[in-house]
Amino acid sequence: MSADNTPSNETTPSADGGTSRTESGGTELIRFDHVTKRFGTNTVLDSLDFTVSSGKHVTLIGPSGSGKTTILRLLMTLLKPDEGTIKVGGAYLTHEEKGGKLVPAGEKHIREVRKNIGMVFQQFNLFPNMKVLRNITEAPVHVLGMGKDAAEERARELLDLVGLTEHLDKYPTQLSGGQQQRVAIARALAMRPQVLLLDEVTSALDPELVAGVLDVLRDIAHTTDITMLCVTHEMNFARDISDDVLMFDAGRVIESGSPEKIFTEPEHERTREFLSAVL
Amino acid sequence: MNNWSWSYIGEIMPEILKGLWITIQATIYGSLVSFALGLVWAMALRSRSRWVTWPVSVFVEFVRNTPLLVQLFFLFFVLPGWGLTFAPLTTGVIGLGLHYSTYTSEVYRAGIDGVPPGQWEAATALNLPRRRTWIAVILPQAFRRVVPALGNYVIAMFKDTPLLAGITVADMLFQANSISATTFDYLEPITVVGILFVVISYPTSLLLRALERRLVR
Repeated sequence: MSADNTPSNETTPSADGGTSRTESGGTELIRFDHVTKRFGTNTVLDSLDFTVSSGKHVTLIGPSGSGKTTILRLLMTLLKPDEGTIKVGGAYLTHEEKGGKLVPAGEKHIREVRKNIGMVFQQFNLFPNMKVLRNITEAPVHVLGMGKDAAEERARELLDLVGLTEHLDKYPTQLSGGQQQRVAIARALAMRPQVLLLDEVTSALDPELVAGVLDVLRDIAHTTDITMLCVTHEMNFARDISDDVLMFDAGRVIESGSPEKIFTEPEHERTREFLSAVL
Repeated sequence: MNNWSWSYIGEIMPEILKGLWITIQATIYGSLVSFALGLVWAMALRSRSRWVTWPVSVFVEFVRNTPLLVQLFFLFFVLPGWGLTFAPLTTGVIGLGLHYSTYTSEVYRAGIDGVPPGQWEAATALNLPRRRTWIAVILPQAFRRVVPALGNYVIAMFKDTPLLAGITVADMLFQANSISATTFDYLEPITVVGILFVVISYPTSLLLRALERRLVR
């Protein structure tokens, strides 16, 4: 966590493309340098630069198709950037340095850097062939090398945190969408990631189940020092947990700042239009 | 036209049932070989290296597009010339297994492709090693989808086992044929063999359908 508690400048799209601006405290954890991502002829991210400091909760907002989810998927290495570099914890994510040159990273390097990142998906993506408990212990046992008992102990703690202790012996299909998503949150946290990516985690839920999931995330945001990158259409939630809000449009950050600033006095016309449409 | 004789059937039944046991063994072992090899082909065809996918796909296409009987003759009559000799039943099991593996590989492929991309993504997000992703996440889900289709190939293979008579495997048809060759009475032996095939295949296919309903929820 940063010692300084003035977060509004910490997540700054740097137009000059190079220097990180985390001068108000906090170590830089994530850094996008000139990242471009295209799908066919469609440029989703256009030479994007931004940094996120350790422990911060950052929300990405903007119209659909503006590239928010692509950022999370790039960080999770589900996509590779066409140009530019991404750093997590000071290490290149999809590149590595060999003989003083940057080359595409091998699987081993990617796995090492990826250890720091966890993700919760819109569609939960729990493993339907495993019970709730094993969904959570599978990776700690087989990736972190934890003992089965220790992993189960930790899984029980996490299930307690998300309020699902009594469901540990059920299969995902026996749970509601909201419960499945809370299991997915526990599963991601079990890997003790430094960064948690939340990709529209309530979009696939029935309205009455949204609050339960958001409460769990609020709890995590307020009680842990985990860094969060969150794509959401829940503006109240964004306002509640965010240190910084980044407004995206057409693959670029057009405005960023504290939630108070973005939601009450946005500078950019596109931000005002977007917020008036969703609020 | 011969007259139907029940007492004749009683006499020949022990020999026919001996043949049935061979037929069942050939089907079971042939199935196991085809399940295992099919998975090997399916995984190999997903390899990122052309040096793996190319030879495997040529081999699979070749086997799938040549008749089983020709393959059996090749294994039984040609390979011994190169110093590879197997017992008739073993040759039959290898032939059936190899031939059907080219179909089961397609079943596995469809089953694996049917696992939603989100499952791969979740495995990546949890940093699961590739091998573990296959074993713990993808294959268990693919297997549920492939069981009914694999079962259909087992039934098809069961009905193809009489081809093994061509390489001297003493299966049901071989037994019936040998009996008929001495008695010159074909009606009962061949009819009994046909009925036994129905009696086994039909309930098995009903069982498979029930299994399918259970597995594919």
